[in-house]
Order: sequence, then structure tokens, then C-alpha cells
Amino acid sequence: MIQITDVNKIYASGFQALNNINLAIKPAEIFALLGPNGAGKTTLISAICGIVDATSGQITVDGKDIVSDYRHTRRLIGLVPQELTTDAFETVWTTVSFSRGLFGKKPDPAFIEKTLKSLSLWNKKDSRLIELSGGMKRRVMIAKALSHEPTILFLDEPTAGVDVELRKDMWQLVRQLRDDGVTIILTTHYIEEAEEIADRIGVIKNGQLILVEDKIMLMNQLGTKQLILDLKEPLTEIPANMTDFNLQLKNNGLQLIYSYDTTEEHTGISVLLQHLSVAGIAFKDIKTDQSSLEDIFVSLVKETT
Amino acid sequence: MNRYAVAAIYKFEMARTKRTIFQSIISPVISTSLYFVVFGSAIGSRITEIGGVSYGAFIVPGLIMLSLLTQSISNASFGIYFPKFTGTIYELLSAPVSSFEVLLGYVGAAATKSTLLALIILATAHFFVPLEIAHPFWMLFFLVMTAITFSLFGFIIGIWADNFEKLQVIPLIIITPLVFLGGTFYSVSMLPPFWQTVTQFNPVFYLISGFRWSFYEVADVSLITSLCVMGGFLALCLLAVTWIFKSGYQIRR
Repeated sequence: MIQITDVNKIYASGFQALNNINLAIKPAEIFALLGPNGAGKTTLISAICGIVDATSGQITVDGKDIVSDYRHTRRLIGLVPQELTTDAFETVWTTVSFSRGLFGKKPDPAFIEKTLKSLSLWNKKDSRLIELSGGMKRRVMIAKALSHEPTILFLDEPTAGVDVELRKDMWQLVRQLRDDGVTIILTTHYIEEAEEIADRIGVIKNGQLILVEDKIMLMNQLGTKQLILDLKEPLTEIPANMTDFNLQLKNNGLQLIYSYDTTEEHTGISVLLQHLSVAGIAFKDIKTDQSSLEDIFVSLVKETT
Repeated sequence: MNRYAVAAIYKFEMARTKRTIFQSIISPVISTSLYFVVFGSAIGSRITEIGGVSYGAFIVPGLIMLSLLTQSISNASFGIYFPKFTGTIYELLSAPVSSFEVLLGYVGAAATKSTLLALIILATAHFFVPLEIAHPFWMLFFLVMTAITFSLFGFIIGIWADNFEKLQVIPLIIITPLVFLGGTFYSVSMLPPFWQTVTQFNPVFYLISGFRWSFYEVADVSLITSLCVMGGFLALCLLAVTWIFKSGYQIRR
């Protein structure tokens, strides 16, 4: 759907915002682009949407070059920018209708009505944007981006500053759009957001794409799992017959934590439990914990520092 | 041609005028009418005719030109500057519209607004001074072409400006003096020779002269000269706009 080949962006100041980016976005997937502040997420989106010109490289959308075939490619794309940039004195209805016209679609009040209703904006259609709350404005931005029926939707930090309820509504909407065949590319600071809705994850840092992976694969490959044992009696040190295991003592010796690789055929749990039994170490509770996408993201970003 | 986009921009800009009717229409009509009252009805009756035209009637084309130029510039410059200021320009930059279509929408709307305003002022002038229009076609031609040319100029200013002060600077410091010194209130032949020569370098002088000719067949320069100067300035603005869109100056980061 989107093919990015050897794309670089160097600003007039000499700052390199994108460094040899290569990426393919598949149709009808939710792709989450993660990265720390200033990593190049917004620049990459802006380059695809035509807001900034790439210094070198090529970007195609639906097989067409975004520069020479901009009319075709831009009609396919809807963009929800990071900042709430709205025409304060316009009404919801006029601003959304304006966006539809701008993207070359003939007026269709029925479609605008459907879009506003799907975003719970219908009862605000005659309100001026200046009168709306931040969350409502965010919905209007989405309505504007969807007004011309795009097949690709860019969401740049879509839930920044949005309350939990609205965030969950938006996740639901994003899933619905994906199910309807829309390709979604989102940037976010909320790792849980990516973990919740993304199909694939890309991590960008200092303008370089350091990882692109299927979310489940990523969590399996890079995720570590922990077995946590709450002991009946505290230990002062790891018993000598268990030093080969990746064990840690926590909570004043009352918690024994075993970290293991989920991709290994033998996790070593049963052997560990046997050793504990032999050593006469009793435990009152046992649980497991898997590293989250946030842990993986933090460790990835740290690794490349 | 993305005609829906052109229509969307045009309608959006025209709707803004409707929302700000006091500022866009009523205020300039009232302030220009004050000139008609003061210089036309009150003082004008004590001033001798210029080229066979009563003083009140003589100043009408120049005053219409003053409103036309300032409003064309301010409408177009504000139209494109405001999206830059609020950040909504992202939508314009990511839309499937060509530079020409953007121009058609913004400049078309600005020129329409200022032409309408000029016609309202012209109609208002009838209440204060006796008017006749010898060449209605040329009068309309000058009106529309000047509106388009200076809307283009305003569009360039709107792109160049990075704060509200810069938006005001050109109309206030350059355009208004050029109109006042371009023969709005007098015929250039009334000036000493040195100032007559200086006036030749004022492009607005040629516009006022041509426009006044369409009313009374009285002009300081020939119609052809006025048309050439207007055409030259139009070409200059088009060149500048072409360069702006090609280079992305002040638009694309």
C-alpha cells in the first residue's frame, strides 16, 4: 500500500530528521510507529502526506509516486495531525464539508452526517469549533480526515490529551476502520495503545527505523517472561544448587524471581521447582509476568543510544 | 482540475466575509463615504473643476481604487496567512490540489470580495456626488483586473508574512501613500515638474488614471500606458507566486 525507499530528510539547518528509511505498509493493517520525542515520526508522516519534501528517496502509495502522481495518492490519504489545528470560528459541519471538497469529493451531506454520527458529533454539527472541548476537537479532526473516504489514515498522536473513555472509543473506531479495509498508520507515545491495537510495530530513533516487526512476534522474540515465587520463609541468598538459574531475590528475600526465554523449547521451570523441593524451600504463591511492549520499547531505545 | 477544491476554498473564504461583514464591507464603505461627504459635498463645492469634472466626482475613482487595493491585499493576505498562523495549512498542503487551484480559490475569493466592495462604494458615491461612467466596460475591466492583480500581491504578502504586523505593513506604509500620491485627490498636471516626474514611478498613478478615464475620459496618461503598467505588475506577481510554489518558500518546511 505504501512503499518507502531510501528516504532521507535533511532540513535547511542541517538537521537530519530521516535517515535512509525503508518501509512497506501493508493494506488494511494497523501500523504503529513508536519513538521518543524528535525521533522523526511526524516528519516521516509529513513526507508521505506531502507536507514536507523528502531530500532524497522515493515514496509510493498504491503503486504511484507521491510527487508525480500526487493527485491520485493524496486522495487516498487522510491525516489527523498531532496538534489540534482548527478554524476556531467555523462550525463542525462546514469544516468537515470543506475538507471533503478540498480532497476533490463532491458534496455528500448523507456521508458527512454518517461520519459525524459515528464520532458522536452529530449533536454538535452547528457548534463552532471554539466552543468544543479538546476531546471533541480531536473527533472533529478525525471527521475531517475521514470526510473524503480515504483508504489510508494517518493518526499522529491521536489520543494525546484524551480521556480514557474517548481513547477507548477511538481504539474501537480504529479497529472498525481497519475491518472496513482502511490502512492505519499511527504514532503514539502511549505504548499500551500500540500494544492494544497495532498489528505491526515500527520503532524509529534519531531518524532511523531501528525495528519493524509483527507485534506478537516482537513480544515473543524480545519479551522475557518471569516466574515469581512468594516464599514462606525469607532467603538470605540464592541456594548454591540453583546458581545456574537466572534468579533474583526481592522483597527482603521473600520473593524469588526466575527470568526465562519464552522462545526456548525448555524453559527450565520444572527443573527449578524440583531443585526448590530438594532444597526444602516452600512457597505460598506462584505467578508469571511477561514483559510489556513498553519494556521492550525502552530496552530497544536504550540499546541504540 | 480539482474543481471541488477550488469551490471549497472559494466558498470558505466568501463565508468568512459574511461572518465579518462589518469589518469587510460596512467599515470600508462608511470610511470611504466620509471622504465623499467631506471632499465631495462639503469642501468639493468650493474647489474648481479639474478637466471639466467637479471635484467631488473627480476623486471618486481614486477613492474606489484606494478601497479596492487595500481590501484586495488584506483579503488575500489574511486568507492565506490565517491557515499558516493556526496550522490548518497542513490540510491544504496534503490535499490533491495544484498551486494554480489554490491560487484560484484564494485570489478568486479575495478579488470577488473587493470587486463587490468597490461596486457598493460606487453605488454609495451616487448619493453624495453626481457621477457618470463614460465607458462601463473599461470601468469594470479596470476594477476586476486591479482586484485580481492586487489580490495576487496580497497572497504573496500573506505567504511572506510571519506575523500580523507584517500583514499590515505593506497596505499601510506602501499602498495607502502610493494611492494618495498617485493622483486620487488631484491631477498630476497640478504638481511642480519635479513631483510630476516622481509620480511617473508610482504604479498606482497609472491605475487611477486609467480608471478615471473610464468614468470621465479624463486621464493623466494614455489608456494603453495604464493597461501596460497593470499587465506588467500582474505578470510580476504571477512570476513571484510561481517561484513561491516551486520553492515552497514559507509554505513547505
